[in-house]
Amino acid sequence: MSTPFYVSPQQAMADRAEYARKGIARGRSVVVLTYADGIAFVAENTSRALHKVSEIYDKIAFAAVGRYNEFENLRIGGVRYADLRGYSYDRADVTARGLANVYAQTLGTIFSSVGEKPYEVELIVAEVGQSADDDQIYRLTPDGSVVDEQNSVVVGGNADSIGNYLGQRHQVGMSLAEALKLAVESLARDPNGGTPRSLTPEQLEVAVLDRVRPQQRKFKRILGPQLGRLLSQDPGDAAAADQAEPESSEDE
Amino acid sequence: MEANIRGTGRLPAAFLTPGHSSFMEFLAEHSPELLPGRRKLPEGLTLEAPHGTTIVAAVFDGGVVIAGDRRATMGNVIAQRDIEKVFPADEYSAVGIAGTAGLAVEMVRLFQLELEHYEKIEGTTLSLEGKANRLTTMIRGNLGMAMQGLAVVPMFAGYDLDLGRGRIFTYDVTGGRSEERGFAATGSGSVFARGSLKKLYSPELTADQAGVLVIQALYDAADDDSATGGPDLARKIFPIVYVITGEGLRRLSEEEVARIAVSVTDERRTRPDGPQAPLQ
Repeated sequence: MSTPFYVSPQQAMADRAEYARKGIARGRSVVVLTYADGIAFVAENTSRALHKVSEIYDKIAFAAVGRYNEFENLRIGGVRYADLRGYSYDRADVTARGLANVYAQTLGTIFSSVGEKPYEVELIVAEVGQSADDDQIYRLTPDGSVVDEQNSVVVGGNADSIGNYLGQRHQVGMSLAEALKLAVESLARDPNGGTPRSLTPEQLEVAVLDRVRPQQRKFKRILGPQLGRLLSQDPGDAAAADQAEPESSEDE
Repeated sequence: MEANIRGTGRLPAAFLTPGHSSFMEFLAEHSPELLPGRRKLPEGLTLEAPHGTTIVAAVFDGGVVIAGDRRATMGNVIAQRDIEKVFPADEYSAVGIAGTAGLAVEMVRLFQLELEHYEKIEGTTLSLEGKANRLTTMIRGNLGMAMQGLAVVPMFAGYDLDLGRGRIFTYDVTGGRSEERGFAATGSGSVFARGSLKKLYSPELTADQAGVLVIQALYDAADDDSATGGPDLARKIFPIVYVITGEGLRRLSEEEVARIAVSVTDERRTRPDGPQAPLQ
């Protein structure tokens, strides 16, 4: 009988983290950034049906990168958690902080349990507040760490280089058109310094949590024509066009 | 009550099991005690609980309007003067409730959540027919309590985006569902409201005329049914009216309803029985 290997806990955890990181790095990134009236989510995603960004509850949205089946599972768990909590207590008692904690516990338990492979996902849970100061963005990594992010955050393949670019150029109080343009610009950059790619609205999945939306549910997808208009706008008249944008009656 | 999702740890397996798009089915598995229909009542019990009364709806050219009076009664006592009995179900539909108020309001909350949950999980909305059928399931779940006097009889109205018109569904206590043509009324004042609607209704109504029509009908219901409340001019409590079109659902503001209710009441001063259908 052979002697079993000894693997130190440090090494075991490092291996698991490396495994998860590699899985995540294969996928395209998702950018989340605040703008004057809320929080915008921009992902490179050609699918109309398989979303990387979704609504969880009234003011809470979810963005994810990595393995689709794993984050979809977590998304559905989050919707069930939020709906059950809102039904048992009140809609106001469902918060992004609570949801982020539950995700952190779930991811952390999976990460350190011997029988399961770690999830290859990175998540963002964001909640739009009454004012820009109350906006909350949480980033969750596969090991269950939660990071409270400010203003802008990127998860996925080239998160570091995109995040740096975005962080330097993001300003508090940007208009939606400005924020979306910046997000698309940062997603289109070549991490090796080559010429940026050009991303068309068809390649993008864009959604916002809009605090001035009259409905109780603040999540809204920005689809084809409206996205095209926002991205092609002159920065000068961006503010005016934001106001004039008609509320689409169909949200999904 | 189990809202802290069982302990402090990770999401329970039920939360992460793929398969359900229905919140009710999820509840039935995870927290069945939260389902309205699961409560056991002692045998042979009769309970006095506040009841909601009259709901009316009418289809007009381009949508549907649904309205309810504001009175809840318990026996011969007025339990509440400003109860709300018509609720938005989602962006394109509304539900009005007659029957035991407490249970009905709970059922509406669950129904709203059921539609929203499906929409979030599936990324698309249920068809109007699908929504109406979900409501059937919920009423069936309540049959045990209905037999003991705690019945809930809702009315469901919505804009069918596929067919491009407004539709109305009514239910009986067993969950029997029927689609109504043109107009409908439910609750204790419904016989009087239906007579009124029958005389005044025409399929060519505009949204504004349909708004007046449902208030006329509620006035007639209140006129002859003691459990239905008429427009309360002194307290400024007026019926609740929702208009649903292809643009979505809109609740008429208090001023809008007040204006219609006051003009209807004024007309009744000279003609107490209301407008008449021509005789020929």
